Amino acid sequence: MTTISKVRYSRRALLKTGGAALAAAALPAPMVWGQEIKNITLRQFGTGVSNLNDVANKVKEDLGITLEMTALDSDSVTQRAATQPDSFDIADIEYWICKKVWPTGNLQAMDVSKIANYDKIVGIFKSGKLTEDSVIAQGTAPHTVGFIPEPGARTFADEQTNWMTLIPTIYNADTLGIRPDLIGRPIETWAELLNPEFKGKASILDISSIGIMDMAMVCEAMGEIQYGDKGNMTREEIDKTFAIFTEAKQNGQFRAFWKTFDESVNLMASGEVVIQSMWSPAITAVKSRGIDCVYQPLKEGYRSWGGGIGLSQSLSGMELDAAYEYINWYLSGWVGGYLMRQGYYSAVPETSKEFMSENEWGYWFEGKPATGEITSPTGDVLAQAGDVRDGGSFEERMGQVACWNAVMDENQYMVRKWNEFIAS
Amino acid sequence: MSELFKNRHVTGWLMASPLVLVLSVFLVMPIIMIAIVSFWGATEWSIYPAFQFDNYAFLFGSDVTYRVFFNTFKYAFITWVFCLGIGFTAAYFLAFHVRSLTWQVALFLLCTIPFWTSNIIRMISWIPFLGRNGLANSTLMSWGVIDEPLEWLLFSDFSVILAFVHLYTLFMVVPIFNTMMRIDRSLIEAAADNGASGWQTLWHVIVPLTKPGIMIGTIFVVTLVMGDFITVRFMSGSQSANVGRLISNDISLLQYPSASATAVVLLVTVLLVIGILLRFVDIRKEL
Repeated sequence: MTTISKVRYSRRALLKTGGAALAAAALPAPMVWGQEIKNITLRQFGTGVSNLNDVANKVKEDLGITLEMTALDSDSVTQRAATQPDSFDIADIEYWICKKVWPTGNLQAMDVSKIANYDKIVGIFKSGKLTEDSVIAQGTAPHTVGFIPEPGARTFADEQTNWMTLIPTIYNADTLGIRPDLIGRPIETWAELLNPEFKGKASILDISSIGIMDMAMVCEAMGEIQYGDKGNMTREEIDKTFAIFTEAKQNGQFRAFWKTFDESVNLMASGEVVIQSMWSPAITAVKSRGIDCVYQPLKEGYRSWGGGIGLSQSLSGMELDAAYEYINWYLSGWVGGYLMRQGYYSAVPETSKEFMSENEWGYWFEGKPATGEITSPTGDVLAQAGDVRDGGSFEERMGQVACWNAVMDENQYMVRKWNEFIAS
Repeated sequence: MSELFKNRHVTGWLMASPLVLVLSVFLVMPIIMIAIVSFWGATEWSIYPAFQFDNYAFLFGSDVTYRVFFNTFKYAFITWVFCLGIGFTAAYFLAFHVRSLTWQVALFLLCTIPFWTSNIIRMISWIPFLGRNGLANSTLMSWGVIDEPLEWLLFSDFSVILAFVHLYTLFMVVPIFNTMMRIDRSLIEAAADNGASGWQTLWHVIVPLTKPGIMIGTIFVVTLVMGDFITVRFMSGSQSANVGRLISNDISLLQYPSASATAVVLLVTVLLVIGILLRFVDIRKEL
């Protein structure tokens, strides 16, 4: 168990913990910390992807901190972070949500010097570049909203600073999911989503900030629209995009739209839909029912997203120290390994490696054929020996990101158009 | 002091005051709040006090609003027709064909059994049933009725209305059954003695006397359908919209003022509909 280097007691913590804290003054600090931390409860909320009970159990075991988790959908997460700052201690949110929520001042920046593994965090979240010569994709790339110039600032910094908005925890490259058994031919481009061949058998997700990016990938792949910047469209580009999709909707291209993870799994597993926007663990969930489902790499590249944990503005004293402790623990490998075995990527891959078998690391990260059965953290068999991950290695997948989930300048206009699209 | 309590106006007010208090805090105040917020402005992440008509201007200026309101009325009307047909028949059977009171009560309770489960579960259970490879389609195909699965069974207006009818018919059965039970049986005998046929009795005696029940059921069904959003979302696979979904979309995108404006318009619309319905029948007289 790691102990925190500096133990500071704020007035609030003193009052709160009363006698125990007073006794602390007389005793060696780390030991008392070990006792005190057991009484600390951190309230974390976020999307379902990383709000895992296993993480809460493990953090209790390793650090003694009690983590109360609440899982919500992306829109509700945004809403809560923006409107109920006192209802949480830790916000587990995506970077595009951060762009929306940061200006409310409900989150506080984190001191990078207190993050032990900061140097090992992949470049995507720091300089924006995976490797030296990578091109930065369009959209709300994490590094653009990852730093602020100084504590208390409500605007983002252009370069790395000592103050981070979110500590990156989880990310992935998304693409279309398909049912190869029902399609029976190769799928290579995003344009296939609107192919009349799949009339009544396609779906996209009904979360505007993410759905619009999938739409843009499709329209661009069809050659219908050349975007200046998909992540920051003009009104004309938004209009054109919706015109194409509204026409497809009225022609009966879509079977349904989905909003939650489970809906996407059910649509695919039941065969209602054979091609749709999808998230990686949803593919895993379909596969674990014994149904053939592929996360199809497409020639135009991936639509990527990243999430991280942010601290509530009202966190202070011992709770704040505990939160730093938690973050350092989060990046120390166990969670990373857990997430990687679900098909996500960890922000600090090298620490996660220690928590994965050679076979798992080879399959999930290096894109090598599995040397034995690959199982999910919950024990479902996901792949057999010889199988290769869809899309290949980390560099191949994250190196082909075409855009990031985004919040645009014309977001309100886009949202209204989205409502029209649903109602049309 | 005791004089004061003997005054019937004072005691009347005192007896009503708890309810007045509860209703004003939990019903009137929130509605006033919604009306106020509907004039406010919103940014991406916050709302700010103002007095502007932007939200209403956008609402009435967009043809989506009219389409969505039309859709809402369409759902309400079709659902009402089916609920009335089924509800009236069921209530008629219970009230006039089942002779013993024990059986009437037993059968009536039978009608309520589905209500022991959650609304959402009753609704979602239709999805696997109606799906492309669902029970309905596979049964029809095995009977040879159809060769291809029927696509319109699920994620369509059909499935939305089916779910509505399933969910809300009981709200029609209960008040109609209640009024029918209070119809004096000698009136029916008198009709028969005067040579009226079964249909004539039904149309000229029973239906007019059941009107208050029909009206109460109608108000239930219409307000429930017009205020719903989750049934439409699940059963249409998010592909159709009614006013409730418009409001829920706005709320999820933090556009509270715009959601409030839509809510106010919906509230006024529903009140107008109920006002018109009440013109036809004086339900208070009948209760």
